[in-house]
Amino acid sequence: MSHHIVEFKNVSFCYPDGTQALKDISFRITHGESVGIIGANGAGKSTLLMHLNGYLMPTSGTVNIGDVYLTKKTQQEIRRKVGIVFQNSDDQLFMPTVYEDVAFGPLNLGLDEAAVRERVDFALNLVNGLELKNKPPHHLSCGQKSAVAIASVIAMEPDILAMDEPAANLDPRSRRLLINLLKTFEHSKIIASHDLDLIMDVCRRCIVVRDGAVAADGPVMEILTDKTLLEENHLELPLSLQR
Amino acid sequence: MTFDTQYYNIGFLDQLSYKDTFVHRLDPRVKLVVTLLFLFTVISFSKYEIFALVPFFLYPVLLMTLGEIPFMFILKKVLLVSPFAVFIGIFNPLLDSGQVFIFNGFTISAGWLSFISILIKFTLTVSTALLLIATTSFPGVCHALRRLKLPAIFVSQLLFLYRYLFVLMEETMRIVRARNMRSFGERGKDMRIYVRLAGTLFLRAVERAERIYHAMLSRGFQGDMPTLKHFQIKSGDVFFALSALALLFVFRFFPATEILGRFVQGVFL
Ligand SMILES: Nc1ncnc2c1ncn2[C@@H]1O[C@H](COP(=O)(O)OP(=O)(O)OP(=O)(O)O)[C@@H](O)[C@H]1O
Ligand SMILES: [Mg+2]
Repeated sequence: MSHHIVEFKNVSFCYPDGTQALKDISFRITHGESVGIIGANGAGKSTLLMHLNGYLMPTSGTVNIGDVYLTKKTQQEIRRKVGIVFQNSDDQLFMPTVYEDVAFGPLNLGLDEAAVRERVDFALNLVNGLELKNKPPHHLSCGQKSAVAIASVIAMEPDILAMDEPAANLDPRSRRLLINLLKTFEHSKIIASHDLDLIMDVCRRCIVVRDGAVAADGPVMEILTDKTLLEENHLELPLSLQR
Repeated sequence: MTFDTQYYNIGFLDQLSYKDTFVHRLDPRVKLVVTLLFLFTVISFSKYEIFALVPFFLYPVLLMTLGEIPFMFILKKVLLVSPFAVFIGIFNPLLDSGQVFIFNGFTISAGWLSFISILIKFTLTVSTALLLIATTSFPGVCHALRRLKLPAIFVSQLLFLYRYLFVLMEETMRIVRARNMRSFGERGKDMRIYVRLAGTLFLRAVERAERIYHAMLSRGFQGDMPTLKHFQIKSGDVFFALSALALLFVFRFFPATEILGRFVQGVFL
């Protein structure tokens, strides 16, 4: 098995309007690790995730995915390895029907038809969305869109899975399904969320981002029980630890 | 609020295409080609022709009935765009004042005749085009185009157009709703606000389009839209195509109205 490491070295990123969203971020995630990214609104979590597949390119510093450095040339290759579920799922669904949307990635990977159908059915079933398959994505509810967006990434069978607020629009049952799904995904996963209970359930390690820099990085239980650290970052103890 | 209704209306056209009738099941390629032939045949008539055009209404009426498409819906859509046709033809009666005999001493000015002819052609073409989309869905038409060997880039553009139309309308709907919720009576609804809304809408749409494009790249998009749909010409398609062709041929080259008229005369007199 190849090594799906993710390594950020002194990554800084500045939006075109001058906002310095990431400041000198460094961390290394080894194969099979599950990492939660937490922090206040506007801390830079989404910006960080978008560097994982070259949606954004670091202004300075390097991003290394599975021993390939992120450059314009390697973007294609890296996109095959990393599947990202964006915060806004509207941006992620673009085909006329849900089924075609989930099939889009596998078809582009050059799979034959039977394999594509199998993957699509499997992925939609995982998120409990099989009965949506003939609907156009623009006629779905927010949570249904999230579910389909997740399926569309799962169907690609990525080596590294990154999700930005995956559970924000899901009802409790679908959230539970997602948590179970994430637990069975054995490759590396990186999850940005304010849902600390989800992070606690799914991740072993946690990185706190504050003002575009790493404020803390350690085992999830250590960080999520540190009340002062959490409160400094506009967060609270996970509900399950509050009692 | 009217915007919301318009939006759901377009969504309705989309939903009509999910039905499952004989017309919906026809191969999109066959429907597309027949529709194109129909359009060309209608347009090929001289600008003073009226009576020979009337039998052509049979085609949209048949599609509508067999495809279970509500007549009022199509009518409303045709009326909605009709000012366009009226505008094109309205000066004909003034510019073209020659007299034409119709029958038994009735005369009418050539200008009016061509004006009416334009309106009929317009109604025929717009309603069949709408019916094609209502029974095939826009993406269906696009995939048919692709199978008919149109370049991938062209078909992808059309599909994007369709997808982004909804994106744009959703954005507009959100902005208009948000504005209505926070403006009371006439305040906050003047022209200046509209101009700024349009600016916001444009920026939002562009950024959104860019994000969607990136999402496509992340899933391996390389310029062609792959599809799982299979098209297969069945006996129903052949039947449909042949009968449509036969009708078009007869209506185009034989004075069907006249023959029918004679026939009716013969029966009753
Ligand atoms: N397109 C953009 N152009 C300019 N600045 C931006 C853009 N997107 C985000 N920012 C800024 O970058 C910073 C980090 O934003 P980011 O979206 O990464 O935050 P986040 O941690 O994901 O927040 P949230 O929890 O609200 O999702 C913020 O200060 C934000 O204002
Ligand atoms: Mg975010």
